[in-house]
Amino acid sequence: MHPGARVELSQVSMAFGDRQVFSDLSCAFPAGAVSVVLGGSGCGKSTLLRLIAGLIRPQRGRVLVGAEDVTQLSERALFRVRRTLGMMFQGGALLDSMTVFENVAFPLREHTDLDERAIADEVHDRLEAVGLHDVDGLLPGELSGGMVKRVALARAIIRSPAVLLCDEPFSGLDPISVKRIEVLLGQINRARGITTLVVSHDIDSTMRMAEHVLLLLPGGCFQGAPNELRASADPRVRAFLSRDLDPSMALPEAS
Amino acid sequence: MVAAIRQLGSTTTRVIGDLGAMGLFLLEVARDAVTPPWRLRNVVDEVYKLGFLSLLIICISGLAVGMVLGLQGYNTLERFGATQSLGAVVGLSLVRELGPVLTALLVTGRAGSATAAEIGTMVATEQLDGLRMMSVDPVDYVVTPRAVGMMLVMPLLTALFIVCGIFGGWLVGVRLLGVDSGTYFTSLEASIDLRDDLGGSLLKAGVFGVLVGWIATYRGYTSAPTSAGVSAATTATVVVASVSVLIFDYLITALWGV
Repeated sequence: MHPGARVELSQVSMAFGDRQVFSDLSCAFPAGAVSVVLGGSGCGKSTLLRLIAGLIRPQRGRVLVGAEDVTQLSERALFRVRRTLGMMFQGGALLDSMTVFENVAFPLREHTDLDERAIADEVHDRLEAVGLHDVDGLLPGELSGGMVKRVALARAIIRSPAVLLCDEPFSGLDPISVKRIEVLLGQINRARGITTLVVSHDIDSTMRMAEHVLLLLPGGCFQGAPNELRASADPRVRAFLSRDLDPSMALPEAS
Repeated sequence: MVAAIRQLGSTTTRVIGDLGAMGLFLLEVARDAVTPPWRLRNVVDEVYKLGFLSLLIICISGLAVGMVLGLQGYNTLERFGATQSLGAVVGLSLVRELGPVLTALLVTGRAGSATAAEIGTMVATEQLDGLRMMSVDPVDYVVTPRAVGMMLVMPLLTALFIVCGIFGGWLVGVRLLGVDSGTYFTSLEASIDLRDDLGGSLLKAGVFGVLVGWIATYRGYTSAPTSAGVSAATTATVVVASVSVLIFDYLITALWGV
């Protein structure tokens, strides 16, 4: 699998107990492009990323990463596929007993024979790429929210993955940090040709950076280029993108 | 009546399913422990955290239990004019029963609960998923070193508990109540068989180490990814591991006379 692997979901159904999240969902994310998954809270955006990563399995359907159907692979075989994936978790998921340097170096120490000098060069190169300096010895608990996300991004790209999955990279950040992460993701995508999937609530940022958008709404999913979605005739799409409250989702008035 | 039977069936099925899952989990840990990659550094870290940091509580508890045994033993033996057997009473009580059991209960409270909470927190903060995404098996990297560490430290801490207990009995019996020091140690040495008593004691400690390590890591690993889930895993570890230690203590004693 080379940088820029295509990701495709085909007729995926997923439920947690009685709660149906996806029913026959089919969508595709183009190779090498920045794709954005938008939708309201609880519509299954993060679930979609976890399905692609093989962290959960659907009740039905196929999830293709490159040529591999991750729904059919054993946990051991998934480890092979995940070497081509990088994931930036919403909370960072940094190992809290390790320093920033150790966290970013961890995938290299586990999966390569690089000596410590080469590892240090790689780690500093990636930390530089996400705009972090002099943070090697800090523990995750000593970092701000924005720094945690940038360290998580550095760790996710340390092995030059084919697909980069970003779960809510802008949540809880100030506007400057949002802009910084947005620019970083764009730069990384252009420099390395990584297929980048971003799950977010932030319509402005994501529509600016997206080449492809998947919009998950109650009753259906819509996909296409940002301009295509903006020009959509479907009132649900127009309402979501213009932040109007869909009448079907309105709360009853207090009596 | 039907509802009660249905509830009983449902509970039984759940318990059997849980035991099966625990069994598979133990097999996975055992496989990871004997196959590469070897996580020796992680095991050493765990031995330090679980063992070295438990030294103080083990020493103080062992000393206190030995002192109580010395006092109670002396008062009882004095009625029969047999205070010269104090060393044997203290030693046998500690080696055969109190040493392994009390050490296991103390380690469960201090290190077992901490292990479950630590792994549970890693679940809740997606650190284990983070490891999976880096193609690192969390059972191999996080769970197995902790379970192996627990298995290694339990016999060592038990031995330390027994030594401290014998010293506590000596302090009370010899220094406080006037039993002859030579008599104390002669009776102790004569009554304890190296293979049957001491070997059996360390065997019990090893079994308890596996039990506590297994239960603590399983409860943490399968905890719900919430603060309430971590709390429930910690509580379940202490309760289930403590009861299991007592049940297995009886079984080992009954079956092998240790």
